[in-house]
Amino acid sequence: MSNADNNPRRKFIAAAGAGVAGLGFTAIAPGLHLMAVGEAAAATEARKAGTAASPTVRWGLLIDAGKCAPGCTKCIDACHTENGVSEKLPDARQNSQWIRKIELVDRRDGRKTELPMMCQHCANPPCVDVCPTGASMKRADGIVLVDRHTCIGCRYCMMACPYKARSFVHAPLTEQNPEVPRGQGCVESCTLCVHRVDKGQTPACVESCPTGAMTFGDLSDPTSDIAKRIASVPTTQVRSDLRLNLGVRYQGI
Amino acid sequence: MKLLRLLVTAITAFIAALVTVWPAPTLAGEGGRTAKPVIEIANPGKCIAPADEMRRNHMEMLKHQRDRTLRAGIRGEPASLNACIECHASQKTGSVLGGKENFCESCHSYVAVKLDCFECHQPKAKFKAAGLKP
Amino acid sequence: MATLNPRHEEGFFYLLAGIGGLVSALGFAAALYMEHSGHVVTGMNNQIVWGLPHVIAIFLIIAASGVLNVASMGSVFGRVLYKPRAPLSGLLAIAMLSGGLFVIMLDLGRADRLMVAATHFNPTSVFGWNVILYPVFYALVGVYLWTMMERRMNPYSKAAGLATFIWRVVLTSGTGSIFAFLVARQAYGSALLAPMFIIMSFSWGLAVFLVVQTTMYAWNNMTLPPLILQRMKNLLATFVAAVLYFTFMLHLVNAYFAKNIAFEYFILFDSEFASQFWIGQVLLGSLLPLVLLFSPGTRNKVLWVNVAALLVILGAYFQLYVFIIGGQAFPLDIFPGYDVASSFMDGAVDHYSARLPEILLAVGGLGLAFTMTTIGVRILHFLPQDDLAELEAASGIKD
Repeated sequence: MSNADNNPRRKFIAAAGAGVAGLGFTAIAPGLHLMAVGEAAAATEARKAGTAASPTVRWGLLIDAGKCAPGCTKCIDACHTENGVSEKLPDARQNSQWIRKIELVDRRDGRKTELPMMCQHCANPPCVDVCPTGASMKRADGIVLVDRHTCIGCRYCMMACPYKARSFVHAPLTEQNPEVPRGQGCVESCTLCVHRVDKGQTPACVESCPTGAMTFGDLSDPTSDIAKRIASVPTTQVRSDLRLNLGVRYQGI
Repeated sequence: MKLLRLLVTAITAFIAALVTVWPAPTLAGEGGRTAKPVIEIANPGKCIAPADEMRRNHMEMLKHQRDRTLRAGIRGEPASLNACIECHASQKTGSVLGGKENFCESCHSYVAVKLDCFECHQPKAKFKAAGLKP
Repeated sequence: MATLNPRHEEGFFYLLAGIGGLVSALGFAAALYMEHSGHVVTGMNNQIVWGLPHVIAIFLIIAASGVLNVASMGSVFGRVLYKPRAPLSGLLAIAMLSGGLFVIMLDLGRADRLMVAATHFNPTSVFGWNVILYPVFYALVGVYLWTMMERRMNPYSKAAGLATFIWRVVLTSGTGSIFAFLVARQAYGSALLAPMFIIMSFSWGLAVFLVVQTTMYAWNNMTLPPLILQRMKNLLATFVAAVLYFTFMLHLVNAYFAKNIAFEYFILFDSEFASQFWIGQVLLGSLLPLVLLFSPGTRNKVLWVNVAALLVILGAYFQLYVFIIGGQAFPLDIFPGYDVASSFMDGAVDHYSARLPEILLAVGGLGLAFTMTTIGVRILHFLPQDDLAELEAASGIKD
């Protein structure tokens, strides 16, 4: 698709989401709209017992693909250890993967990039829209979760997720961590380590990254590290054409 | 018609008599025919509510708290399943499941009520998953 | 058709009902096994999350609403030919919907939580809508059957028929919308899918109806009057051609968008699905039936019209298989412009092969629909009773 194309109809189609193919990604940083700015919401402090997650907070991640070391899987190991994702089924395609490394090769110049991919914690999550029972849900602070008490295992959310972020538990489990319940017949995905975040810790992947490629924080707090960096460097949302307003942003792709 | 009413009264009276006389099938009952659940209490007196209330309402407490914790993100409330397990896991096996002496299974198999919690939740206290090397 | 010896007839019925019941029971047992062991025993995985059970279930659900079209044409549009066929069409609709729901519900990861599905409702979910659409469909068809089969209720039959017709259009739109509302995958996410599913339901429902009707006539040593055969086969041909047209447009529009060219090339030319599309859906499921329905040598023969109807049903299977499985086998285009690879099938085409438990479950749904139909036509009066004089009188004006 040509940039010089001034046909208004084509412009409309491109704007409506079709035009990304040849353009790569659009840097969104300058025009980025952050949601309701909270008054100094305790960014990475433990929330007090008895208080609910706050809608003035929007938890997010910034991942610098330029710093992501080739072949390194520390974040994946840390995630799967933290969350007790340990099953190894005979058909590997049936194993859960909460986070995975994707190797990208740019078709134009062969440039290689690696990055971790997980639930993007959309502000407008398709999985939440399609879930028949409301088990797929978004917490007030933007973390997208599956309520396994009401998940019936229909997998419609897996059909709807543009990031392939969700896994279906294909076999009975016994090795769950007490803080991370998960079980057969339900769909699951990255929880942004909600059990750690509520205690004031950062997600296991962020903590484990040896090169500091991952930053965790409150996107709605302009004084937070992550918000400042998003304001100062060009970042992208994956499949930005879908306008899902992601909680996970990438730098360097 | 009169006969029918008489019959109904008789049956009602019979059932009422039966209910009064029959040994109550509760934990406190004296009927010795059924094996009672064996409950091991490691820390007596530490529970969040009296035993009677817990027996009757623990499922409601857990259900309300589960929604508050998962959906609203409220942490640190008393009726936490993990807190139950930490206290009530068997000192021998470290679990609330597994056999007749294990806290949850003991009663639930006695009253024949399906236990769904541990399809997803970890029944062992202080369990730490080994994790995965992919 | 060979005539059936009345002495053997009853035994034959029990045999058929028994086989149908056994197949359904096997399907149920397979579902229990899947429930116990998890979906690890199936061929479905995290890339192809919906498999053969969904292909069969969606076929049954689409055909269920389509078969009701026969009744609608009688009650709503006043076609004399279709009126005596309305009760049978209602029975088939209920039987096939039951078969479809049997499969789709027992395939759930937590089928034991059906109650949760009934008590928790998300208004933005098309699946959530279906939780309302299906029971109301049952109720409406039930009432409709009652108004047709109970003489005192006959005056309300037209109103009930109209309500049922409107509802079935909504229901099939809902089935199409399951896929139409998916933004993530290139095979889906088109508004065309809702009307296309309706026209598919017309075609497949009528094909099923023709086959069942012929079987019932043969069972009773009767033959379908040629006039009726001709009308119904013409209608079938129209629907088959319409489905083909929709399929053509869907792929043409998709292939015109640069972002979808790779997917269209994959599904139409460069995969295991290409042959299923061209040979299964287009050749065997559409073109051959059209030839059979219009060729002078075959178009007036009950046998060949039924072969055509069976081929349409076969084509429906291929169409849904290519649509559902093929649509998932192609990798998601998460990073346009990049070649991608990962441990989670990113950038890789997946291959699905159904395993025994899910095959038994899927066939079990067909078995349930078959059993319900067999028993239904036996215990109640569903054989169409044509008044040929009235039909011929009406045909000059109406058809």
